[in-house]
Amino acid sequence: MLKLIDVETCYGNIRALKGISLNVAEGEIVSLIGANGAGKTTTLMTISGLVPISSGQIFFNNKRIEKTDPDKIVAAGISQAPEGRRIFPGLSVLENLEMGAFLRADQREIRKDMDYIFDLFPLLNKRRHQAGGTLSGGEQQMLAISRALMARPKLLLLDEPSLGLSPLMTNQIFEMIKKINSEQHMTIFLVEQNAYLALKLSHRGYVMENGFITLEGQAAALLTDNNVKKAYLGI
Amino acid sequence: MKLAEEFKKSFFVALWFMLLTFPIMVVQVNTIENVVIWRWHNIILSGLGSFLLSFCWQLFLRRKGHSTPAAQASASRLQHLMAEPRLYRPALIILALFALIFPFVFSHYQVNIMTTALIYVMLGLGLNIEVGLAGLLDLGYVAFYAVGAYSYALLNYHFGLGFWTALPVGALLAAFSGILVGFPVLRLRGDYLAIVTLAFAEIIRLVLENWNAFSFGPSGISNIPRPGFFGMALTPEQSAIYMYFLLIVLCLLTIFVIRRLQYSRIGRAWVALREDELACQAMGIDKTKAKLTAFALGATWAGMAGVLFAAKTTFINPASFTFLESAMILAIVVLGGMGSIPGVIIAALALILLPEYLRVFSDYRMILFGAALIMMMIFRPQGILADMRKKYEFHKMKDSRIN
Repeated sequence: MLKLIDVETCYGNIRALKGISLNVAEGEIVSLIGANGAGKTTTLMTISGLVPISSGQIFFNNKRIEKTDPDKIVAAGISQAPEGRRIFPGLSVLENLEMGAFLRADQREIRKDMDYIFDLFPLLNKRRHQAGGTLSGGEQQMLAISRALMARPKLLLLDEPSLGLSPLMTNQIFEMIKKINSEQHMTIFLVEQNAYLALKLSHRGYVMENGFITLEGQAAALLTDNNVKKAYLGI
Repeated sequence: MKLAEEFKKSFFVALWFMLLTFPIMVVQVNTIENVVIWRWHNIILSGLGSFLLSFCWQLFLRRKGHSTPAAQASASRLQHLMAEPRLYRPALIILALFALIFPFVFSHYQVNIMTTALIYVMLGLGLNIEVGLAGLLDLGYVAFYAVGAYSYALLNYHFGLGFWTALPVGALLAAFSGILVGFPVLRLRGDYLAIVTLAFAEIIRLVLENWNAFSFGPSGISNIPRPGFFGMALTPEQSAIYMYFLLIVLCLLTIFVIRRLQYSRIGRAWVALREDELACQAMGIDKTKAKLTAFALGATWAGMAGVLFAAKTTFINPASFTFLESAMILAIVVLGGMGSIPGVIIAALALILLPEYLRVFSDYRMILFGAALIMMMIFRPQGILADMRKKYEFHKMKDSRIN
């Protein structure tokens, strides 16, 4: 479904991605793990078109999208919950969700999706008229994921959903991610620092270091891999 | 305990004030007889005065600190009252009647200043698109105003274009210049954007001032015709009344269009842009388009206001389009409450009409203006009438699963 071939991305003179290749198949949860500054977020931003690509190719459903504008990429079916949640602080929960459905015009379907989201996250329903900025970190993360879902994407990109959350809240969010994947057959590409949780949740995984992909494989295999254990799991 | 502390604070304030005002209040140099007159009694007066003021101010602040929730409740109560149809409908009708009979009851002079105030209402509402809705801080809004005014003046001078043709042309040219500034500043935001727009306004003003062959330089353009009324010749008094009604109609049009824009797709895109640029893009909103339309549509109203200004005063020169003018319009938007249409209207009327009616204090205008702004920052940072967005209510549907 999503395929990156030799993707390079630079910020000025600094090469953040030094030629990475990966692919995500339909219905999968794939996670990209790695340390700070490895280039995980840059990978997601490049896929979304928010950061210009330097070289390489990105295919989405067999169409090249590496030179496409960010809004066209969302229209094509890739939706992102950006790092640090980035919800609209002055807008209410409902308005935030509406923004997620910006490119859609089918009011009935939008309402249905909203009901589905309120079923998934009843907490958001309680706070529907509250300003986004007044929510707690966990609620904001729920809102960020829900907002990305409102675009009815074919591929959901999640950037560090565990960032700044308590372990309990992280578990809850990850349960929901699993549920979204199994109930809606949503393809999910997940970037995480919490390697253990991410790999437990995913089908497959990639390990990133300094702008390269150093390891890839089935998530279960990566969990038992000695290098991964040493570097990321602290065992 | 607290009182003693405030006493001490006020004492130091008074001391500081006495020192500051020493040169102007005490020393008086008589240059004719070469003597210095020391007016020592003044320092005591200024000391006592500032002490009392500071003391009252601190007592007031403390009381406000205790009663903040209640004050906020009363503020939102005011807004709820405004939203009550039984109350605001009669109020609107009274307002409309007042606007209708105003020019026939009051003098020529009153009608003229009201017309000026209405021009600022238009300007404030236009800038509100850029600053209030899209969050693009524009310190050079006056540039678009100048483009509008000069396009009418020059087109009339060279080609004899009438007011009614110049109005849309001026609006278009202003919108075009809005896009022109918009392109280079697409990647900027916040302070940097403000600096570039400020520079753009200065460029426009300097060009108008120095390019004599094009704009007649500082001496400006005079004898700009007033708008015609179906070919009839109007006396200055009639023409003033005509301008007044013209502006009322155009202001209503502005309010209507901006209200529609605010709740439209593009309005929502602007709000997203204001709240968070990156998230806005992640929602699939075309950032470039949103920014450029905000600049273009904001500038359109300034262009129209410019044409009206030229037609009203029948004379324009670059001195009418200085940075102070931009600051004034921005102050209207900030005082009124960013994004709020009634707030901006009230602020525009207050800021333009009050200095006219309080001519007695004209020497202290800027001091009072500054004091008012500081008071607003402390007591109502959200503006006179904060923007209240429409609330959407969703009711659960029967089958609520996506399949």
